[in-house]
Amino acid sequence: MPAALRVTELRKRYGGFEALRGVSLEIAPGEVVGLLGPNGAGKSTLAKIAAGLVRPSAGSAEVAGHPAGSAGARAAVGYLAELFRFPAWMGADELLRLHQRLSGSDGGERERAELLELVGLGHAARVRVGEMSKGMQQRLGIAQALVGSPRLLLLDEPTSALDPAGRRVVRELLEGIRERGIAVLLSSHLLGEVERVCDSVAILLAGEVVARGRPAELARPRGVEIETDAGVRVIAGAGREDVPRLVEEAVARGERVYAVRPLQSTLEDAYLEAVGEGQE
Amino acid sequence: MRGAWTIVGYAFAESLRRRVVVVVFALTLAFLALYALGVHFAFAEVERSEFVFAELVEERALVGGTLLGLAMFAVLFLGAVLVVFLTNGVVRGDAESGLLQPLVVRPVGRGTLLVARYLGAAAAGVAYVLVVYMLAVLITGTLGDWSPDRPLGPGLALALAVAVVAALSVLASVQLAATAQGIAVFMLFGAGLVGGLLGQIGEALGSGTLERIAEVASVALPFEALYQYSLHLLTESTSGLTEVVIRLGPFGGAEDRGAGLVAYALAYVAVVMAVAVALFRRRDL
Ligand SMILES: Nc1ncnc2c1ncn2[C@@H]1O[C@H](COP(=O)(O)OP(=O)(O)O)[C@@H](O)[C@H]1O
Ligand SMILES: [Mg+2]
Repeated sequence: MPAALRVTELRKRYGGFEALRGVSLEIAPGEVVGLLGPNGAGKSTLAKIAAGLVRPSAGSAEVAGHPAGSAGARAAVGYLAELFRFPAWMGADELLRLHQRLSGSDGGERERAELLELVGLGHAARVRVGEMSKGMQQRLGIAQALVGSPRLLLLDEPTSALDPAGRRVVRELLEGIRERGIAVLLSSHLLGEVERVCDSVAILLAGEVVARGRPAELARPRGVEIETDAGVRVIAGAGREDVPRLVEEAVARGERVYAVRPLQSTLEDAYLEAVGEGQE
Repeated sequence: MRGAWTIVGYAFAESLRRRVVVVVFALTLAFLALYALGVHFAFAEVERSEFVFAELVEERALVGGTLLGLAMFAVLFLGAVLVVFLTNGVVRGDAESGLLQPLVVRPVGRGTLLVARYLGAAAAGVAYVLVVYMLAVLITGTLGDWSPDRPLGPGLALALAVAVVAALSVLASVQLAATAQGIAVFMLFGAGLVGGLLGQIGEALGSGTLERIAEVASVALPFEALYQYSLHLLTESTSGLTEVVIRLGPFGGAEDRGAGLVAYALAYVAVVMAVAVALFRRRDL
């Protein structure tokens, strides 16, 4: 099976400004990849190229083996833009029906009901877009992107406009999507959600991939915290494997040990390290 | 194909929700009411008057033809307003608001999408022109007791003029934001009409330069020539002194360009749409 997305040495210039500077990235079928990076890093540009909305200046992008932007690629992709709008007069079910026709999906009524159920809008099939809250529209947008069972789902900052409760709903939704075996490119500048739902992460900075791997690989040990009757200390550079030795040494010094905790750096630390402390 | 019809249907449903439809509908009713009133009083005047050349000039044809010719100008204008608003923001405007991207990402294809949107708007404009024009013919016939011998031709020429305006508007929508698009197309519309006027003035003054300007304008913006052609079709059957007198009125430019003009206008629409599609395909959204 070809990769859900394969971009090679991808470049995009807007006038004199280079938004992508040789990005290479592969998403395996069914893999959920988080695309992290500060504003202006090129996340939306990458998603738009994969969706066929923007033409690359150099390099190649393939969706499920088809050149991005070709009819084959567009048939394999589901996309939700960072800033999107649906006609205010359309009902939720009506919108999905429009997209079924446009994508040639023969899922019919059942697919629509299932998708609305999946995004928690099962009760709102007849509600018009104009009457929906931002969160409902966002969830409808995800249902829309899933019409026709795409091989690759491109979600560009799907939670940035939501409150914490809305974010949580979308996160749970992504768990449901993962179970369907759909590959996802989830761009975000919110690390927490990416860490929780993604199989792997790519960090984009000024148009270049500066880190790529599983969240646990990117997050490195940060030291061990040890609490004794002499106080709390952090032994930098130490890891889990150092804990027995550290306890023995403390006991040998005659200290009473109350707690020992290996400090795992979070993805956030890895991110800030990659991106530079000055950013966000 | 199915995708194309879906887009036409979507565009149509979307148009019906635009406020401009209500505005054009209200303006049309107002126009038709005023027109009926005008026809009524003009023909009442004809009944009473002791026109000197009554023997030589068919007064009814003169008054009826002149009034209907003016009505057709109003129909052209309202039809142009309608299609310009129906195609407003179809590409760049919708792209900026985020409405366009979810549609473009689907496998339909940009060319099909744009042509379908054009056909939806042009069909609405053509239907509108034909209906309102026919109502004006009906009013002239009932209240004024004069009808053109072959009423359909002028209506079709007028409808084609509106289809030309729609194509220009779609082309403008690829490059311009919604407001700029509307302004640009109305400026072109005005320029085309002024071009026609210059031609008439040039003819009256015997100025070759003015006539050449008008010639260029009618090639570049053929809707005005189509309007003149529709006036020509309207008065085709009048002859002799009646024709001469009618030509002193708004029919000064009425010209017989015939099938050549119609073929040119159709080819013009095809070329404008081909350019619009080519530009749309290259555009980052
Ligand atoms: N259409 C465009 N024209 C010019 N510059 C653009 C355009 N789109 C994006 N850019 C620039 O490219 C860079 C990357 O943008 P974007 O891909 O939207 O980043 P992100 O989604 O990571 O915030 C930004 O500096 C942005 O200003
Ligand atoms: Mg972005």
